[in-house]
Amino acid sequence: MTVSLAPQLGRNSLRTGPDEHGRFGGFGGRFVAETLMPLILEVEAAYRAARADPEFQPELDRYLKDYVGRPSPLWFAERLTRELGGAKVYFKRDELNHTGAHKINSCMGQILLARRMGKTRIIAETGAGQHGVATATVCALFGLPCTVYMGATDVERQKPNVFRMKLLGAEVRPVTSGAATLKDAMNEALRDWVANVHDTYYLIGTVAGPHPYPMMVRDFQSVIGEEARAQLHEAEGRLPDAVVAAIGGGSNAMGLFHPFLDDAAVRLIGVEAAGLGLDTHQHAASLSRGRPGVLHGNRTYLLQDADGQIEEAHSISAGLDYPGIGPEHSWLHDIGRVEYVAATDAEALAAFQLCTRTEGIIPALEPAHALAHVAKLAPGMDKDAILLMNLCGRGDKDIFTVAEHLGVTL
Amino acid sequence: MSRIAARFASLRAQGRGALIPFLEAYDPDRATSMAILRGMPGAGADLIEIGMPFTDPMADGPIIQAAGKRALAAGATVAGTLGMVAEFRGEDAATPVILMGYLNPILSYGPERFCKDAGRAGVDGLIVVDLPPEEAQLLAPHAAANGLDIIRLVAPTTDDARLKLVLTGSSGFVYYVSITGITGTRSATGAELAANIPRLRRATDLPIAIGFGVRTPTQAAEAVRIADAAVVASALIDTLAGCLGKGDVAKRVLDQVRELADGVRQARVPA
Repeated sequence: MTVSLAPQLGRNSLRTGPDEHGRFGGFGGRFVAETLMPLILEVEAAYRAARADPEFQPELDRYLKDYVGRPSPLWFAERLTRELGGAKVYFKRDELNHTGAHKINSCMGQILLARRMGKTRIIAETGAGQHGVATATVCALFGLPCTVYMGATDVERQKPNVFRMKLLGAEVRPVTSGAATLKDAMNEALRDWVANVHDTYYLIGTVAGPHPYPMMVRDFQSVIGEEARAQLHEAEGRLPDAVVAAIGGGSNAMGLFHPFLDDAAVRLIGVEAAGLGLDTHQHAASLSRGRPGVLHGNRTYLLQDADGQIEEAHSISAGLDYPGIGPEHSWLHDIGRVEYVAATDAEALAAFQLCTRTEGIIPALEPAHALAHVAKLAPGMDKDAILLMNLCGRGDKDIFTVAEHLGVTL
Repeated sequence: MSRIAARFASLRAQGRGALIPFLEAYDPDRATSMAILRGMPGAGADLIEIGMPFTDPMADGPIIQAAGKRALAAGATVAGTLGMVAEFRGEDAATPVILMGYLNPILSYGPERFCKDAGRAGVDGLIVVDLPPEEAQLLAPHAAANGLDIIRLVAPTTDDARLKLVLTGSSGFVYYVSITGITGTRSATGAELAANIPRLRRATDLPIAIGFGVRTPTQAAEAVRIADAAVVASALIDTLAGCLGKGDVAKRVLDQVRELADGVRQARVPA
C-alpha cells in the first residue's frame, strides 16, 4: 500500500470545515453574548492573518521543537501487544511533551497569537490542571500574567497541578459556582473575559467554545496526527487500521484524527468516559447519552435534562469530566465517520495498571480510557493489523486518585 | 401596535421614561415570585423583565447566578415560567412582559413551540443572551410569527459597523449593556453613558433601555434622563436574597420597586 504524506483536499474532503459561520454541519457556531462577539471576530481575523503570515508557522515550529520537544516519538508497545494477543499497538507519545501532555501544542500556538494581537493578560480554564499548567508555562516563558479558573472540587482533587501553576507564577482562582468543576470554570473564564475585553486573551484548552476556537485548537493539535502518520509510514510503510483516542472536550482526539479523516480505510474511534456506567447518571459520555444543545458558545452534543438544563458529568478523570464535546466530533459522529464508544472508571483503572506493568509507562487516566478500548479491540484483530493510540498525557498527576481507588494510603 | 410599542408611546406622551424591574421566575419559589410579578405594575413597573433560570448563566454575576440556582431548586421549568406569565395576563392586559434567558432551554423546548406558547401566554418580547445576530435565524422567524419582539443587547464593544447588524431584526426596544462585564458587578459612569447613548440614538428609532449596573433610584433617574428606560435586576435580587426566611419577601422587593419608580418619575426627560 502506498501512502501520501500530504493528502490533497478534494471536493469531498472531510477536512475542509468549518464553514465561514464556524459550522461543522449543524454544529459549532458563535453563541456568545454581544459584549464578546467583537472579540471573537477579532480572534478569528488575527488567526487567519497569522496563518497567512509566512513567519508564523516557522516560529511556532521552532518553539514546538526546541521547547516542547516535538516530534514526540511513536512507540511500538511490544509487550502490551503480546499480552493482548492481536493487532500491533503503537503509542503516539505526547505524554513526553514538556508539561506532560498534548495541551501545550495548542497553548504554544495560542500564546504566539495573543502576542501578535498585543494582548497583555492571559486567562484559561482547567479541569485536571493539565491545560492550566501548560498555559501557566507558556505565560512564564513569555512573561505574561496568567489567571487560571479551576472548579473548587478540582482544586481539591488535583493539588499537585495547582501547586505547579502557582510555582509558574499563575493565579489560580477556585470557582465555587455550579458544581465547581470544569464547566463552571469555563463559565467563570468567559465572565472574566467579558469584563476585561480590552487587554485579555482567553486561551481555551479544548476544541470547544465559540468559533474560531474549535478550528484553531484542532489546527494546533493536528501536529499529533501529522507526525504519527509520517512516523507510522516510516515504521510500517502503511496507514494504521484503527486509530483510538480518549475524548473529554476532544482536543487530543481531534488532533490525532484530523489528518486521517479522508483515509476511508482507517477506522477512527473516540473513547468517552463512561464513569460508573452509561446507564447510571454518573458519566461524561455526551455523544453516547447526550443530545444536541448550546453551551459555551457552540452547538454540540450535551448532557442535559428534559428541560435543557445542563447536567453534571462524572469521570474518575478530571480531564474528561465535561458535559459537552467539541462540535467537530458531534458532526463526525452524526455522519458516521468516527465511532464513539465509552470506557468506565474501572476499565480505565485496569488499563492504567496494564500499561504501567507491560510498558513501563504510567499513563494519565485520560488516555487510560483509550487504552481500555484498545484492550477490547486488539485481541479480535489480525496480528499484522496496526492500532494507533494517543498516549496524550502522563499519569504522575493521577497517582493519588489511583492510589485511593486501589485502597492504598500514600 | 404591540404592547411594548404602545407602552413606550404612552410614556413618551407623558414625558417620562420607563422603569423595567427584573425578577427571576421561581425565585425563591413559584408563589413568592408570582406575588412579586403580580405586584410590580402597582409598584410602578412600566414593563417587566422575567429571567428564565438556566444552570450556566454566562453573562450573569453571582447575584443572578444564585437566583437561578434557587429557582431551579424550586422546580423552575420553561413551561412553568410561561405558566406564570399566562396567570399574570389573566389580571393585567397592558404591562409588557419580556423574557430574558439563555438559548439552550429554548432549544430543548423547541424554538417554534416555545414562541407559539410564549405568544399565547402573553409574552411580548424575548432577550436571548447567547443568541447574537449571526445565529438569530434559529428563533427570529418563529418569534415574528407569534408577535414576539426580539430585543437585542448592544454593548460598549459593539462598533458602528456591528451596530447596524445588531439593530437589523431588533424590535421592541434596544437593551444597552452599560458596562463591559457581567450583571451586578459595577455601574457605568454618567460620562460613559453620555458618550455611548447618543451614538446608539443616531442609529435607531427604537426606545433605548439601559441595564447592567443600574441599582439605585438616582441611577435609574440618570438612565432615563439619557435613555428611555432603566432595567434594574441585581439590586432587587439582592434585596430578595437578603430577606429570605425573614418573611415579607415580596413586600420588600415591591417597596424597592416603588422607590425606583419614584426616582424614574421625578427625572426630567428631554423632549
